[in-house]
Amino acid sequence: MRKSLLGAVAVAALMLPGAALAQSGTIKIGILVALEGAFATGGQDGVRNVELALKQVNNTIAGKKIETVVAPTDTKPDTTVRMARKLVEQDKVDLIIGPLSGSEGIAMRDFAKTIPDKVVINGISGALETTWVDPAPNFYRFNLDGSQWGYGLGSYVVKKKGWKRVATIAADYSFGYTNFMGFAVDFCKSGGDIVQRFWQPLGQSDFGGIIAQLPDNVDAIYLGLGGTDAINFLNQYQQAGEKTRLIGGTIMADQTVLTAKGRAKDALKGTPTSGPFSADNKDPAWTSYVKLYQESFPANQRLPSPSLFGLGYYTATLAAIKGLEAAGGDLSNGQAKFKEALNKLQLDSPVGKITLNENRQATGTVFVNEVVDGPDGNMTSKMVDKTENVNQTLGMTTAQFRALGLPSRDAVDCAKLRAGG
Amino acid sequence: MAKVRHGKLPGRYEMNNFIKRYPLWSVIFLLLAIAFLYLVLAPWPPELVASWGRKQIFLNALLGGITLGALYFLVAAGFTLIFGLMRIVNLAHGSLFLIGGYLGYEVATASGSWLLAFPIVFIVVGLIGLLMQFFIFSKMEGEELRQTLVSIGLSIVLADLMLWWWGGQSYSILAPQFLQGPMELPLVSNVNDSTGAVTWLRYPSVRVWILVAAIVIGIAMWLVLNRTALGMMIRAGVDDREMLAASGVRIHLVFLAVFGFGAGLAGMAGIIGATFQSLSPGEDTRFLLASLVVVIVGGMGSIVGAALGALIIGVAEQMGFVYAPTYSIVLTFLIMAAVLAFRPQGLLGTGR
Repeated sequence: MRKSLLGAVAVAALMLPGAALAQSGTIKIGILVALEGAFATGGQDGVRNVELALKQVNNTIAGKKIETVVAPTDTKPDTTVRMARKLVEQDKVDLIIGPLSGSEGIAMRDFAKTIPDKVVINGISGALETTWVDPAPNFYRFNLDGSQWGYGLGSYVVKKKGWKRVATIAADYSFGYTNFMGFAVDFCKSGGDIVQRFWQPLGQSDFGGIIAQLPDNVDAIYLGLGGTDAINFLNQYQQAGEKTRLIGGTIMADQTVLTAKGRAKDALKGTPTSGPFSADNKDPAWTSYVKLYQESFPANQRLPSPSLFGLGYYTATLAAIKGLEAAGGDLSNGQAKFKEALNKLQLDSPVGKITLNENRQATGTVFVNEVVDGPDGNMTSKMVDKTENVNQTLGMTTAQFRALGLPSRDAVDCAKLRAGG
Repeated sequence: MAKVRHGKLPGRYEMNNFIKRYPLWSVIFLLLAIAFLYLVLAPWPPELVASWGRKQIFLNALLGGITLGALYFLVAAGFTLIFGLMRIVNLAHGSLFLIGGYLGYEVATASGSWLLAFPIVFIVVGLIGLLMQFFIFSKMEGEELRQTLVSIGLSIVLADLMLWWWGGQSYSILAPQFLQGPMELPLVSNVNDSTGAVTWLRYPSVRVWILVAAIVIGIAMWLVLNRTALGMMIRAGVDDREMLAASGVRIHLVFLAVFGFGAGLAGMAGIIGATFQSLSPGEDTRFLLASLVVVIVGGMGSIVGAALGALIIGVAEQMGFVYAPTYSIVLTFLIMAAVLAFRPQGLLGTGR
């Protein structure tokens, strides 16, 4: 009896500091970010950008001091959930910003449902399912998802370039399907036709077979590959003497590919791609952000200009700051005021105005870029077009979009969309 | 010493013997060979095109597999020689491949000559191999497990050093001007029904020439192994190391030579890998795995086995990729499992 009493006192004592922390004048933010593996560089840029955004408000919101805790992941969903649990239970954070990659996002959507009193603001993960299939009421995403990133490119190539027949080669996994879907919906609705689709298993680096199968009578080839796979394809495409025009998915012509060593990337010259930002965007919101980023860190401690990952974490932190300010720093009652403020937020981000829909998914601007020769012999991309207010359902009604099915190999029926269905 | 000659191809006598002993199998093999030759040489009738796709696709997958096999062979040949002679499962072999590729990129960009990269990389990576054997593996001779574990450690250290120096970007080497673009091969790709005009198969010339080079290197290795005194020593060492040492051969020099040669070969394969595909961190383990599968299928320690294994794995990978993309990755491992189940010493391995 005495023992159990003692135990109860001990437990109560253990619980006290936590309770006290929640009442004090600080707000703790957990940064959930991949710092190991393929996205490590991007993850570091994410952390840098959270710090950058918080520095603009002197780490103080509504009179409360902001503390941050970084929780590193390795892009594996189970690590992500474990680190998120550590942030909530051990570090007692008030909100989480993160994660970085697609499958982590889906895992965090499910984990968010187990901590309904905390807010999770997505870092830069882009899987459609995260905010589309059974979304969590306390999971907010202020960046566009993978299918939105592909939107606007299709109508651009049909209307401005006159390319109406394409064959497509894309990576055979979730992001490949999702990014392709955004392109295909827009392309088919604008009157384009997809003649043949190829799906490339990830890491299968010999493309000879696919290159031989490419049909001759197409205007262009859409490539939804990334990283090493993209380089390998371009290399072998040139060796086979092929010269058809190319259209790139979001990661086909990003910095990883454009800064690769060797001339393989030269085949990309003139290729239009689409994504959530343009490096040479002239909008003052963007240029002032880039300037702020470059001035805040010495050149050897940052990237030449903010990365996609950095931008995502910056926007998420900006949203957290604005939301907390609107709620007056009040996190009581299951963070009700904060959540309401986030739902109503009209965020002026470096890439334009962002609003949330009923699934707490961003509606915003998608940019079309073209690959051109850069000043130093490298390739760079030039902004040629943008599409504002791209929403989660890609301009369709929820019912129409749901009828497309989830992203998969044959999710988009091109002929049906062309006919107006 | 008949056993030593396991690398020799079956002669006329063995062939006749085989036909006498297995008449049914001989007929099946003959029919398969004729069918294969028909598929490769004859223009395809419309029914075949309807069910299998254009002939061009089949030929491209086949040639892609053979040329990929050539690359695998160059990596695996050194691996299998080193294992056959010294019983070292050198798990740092993939790192030698990657180092060779990076060095080849540096040499090719600095000098502007792709061909020059080959001798330089062969010598430099060969030297790295010599140093590894001299300072590390020879210190723990006979302790196979220890050598293997140390080679894993080496591969991790080397991978991190390369990541530090060359970064995480991908590198690709541009083939020289005279190897760029496709060439026409004397294989019929298509015959126009109305005009009768023949289209010949167009295939990337760099891959054709690399295949030729790999065949030349393979034959040269076979000749050295089977027709020279050094080759005799190596073959004797493969069969019985102790006896060879006892008969007065300075076996450590033979070990050094073989290790250096195998490493240099892997380094040259790195240049070819960077020209075919590209280099980035992680390619080292990919090619280590490929050469492990190749030597398990072909038989540990046999050069001809490595060639056969590389050909089978390369063609299976490419054919699977074109005709059953979902299962292509499983296919190579299925082949490996089948070989392990029915002929654990490998197709041309000696039963030891």
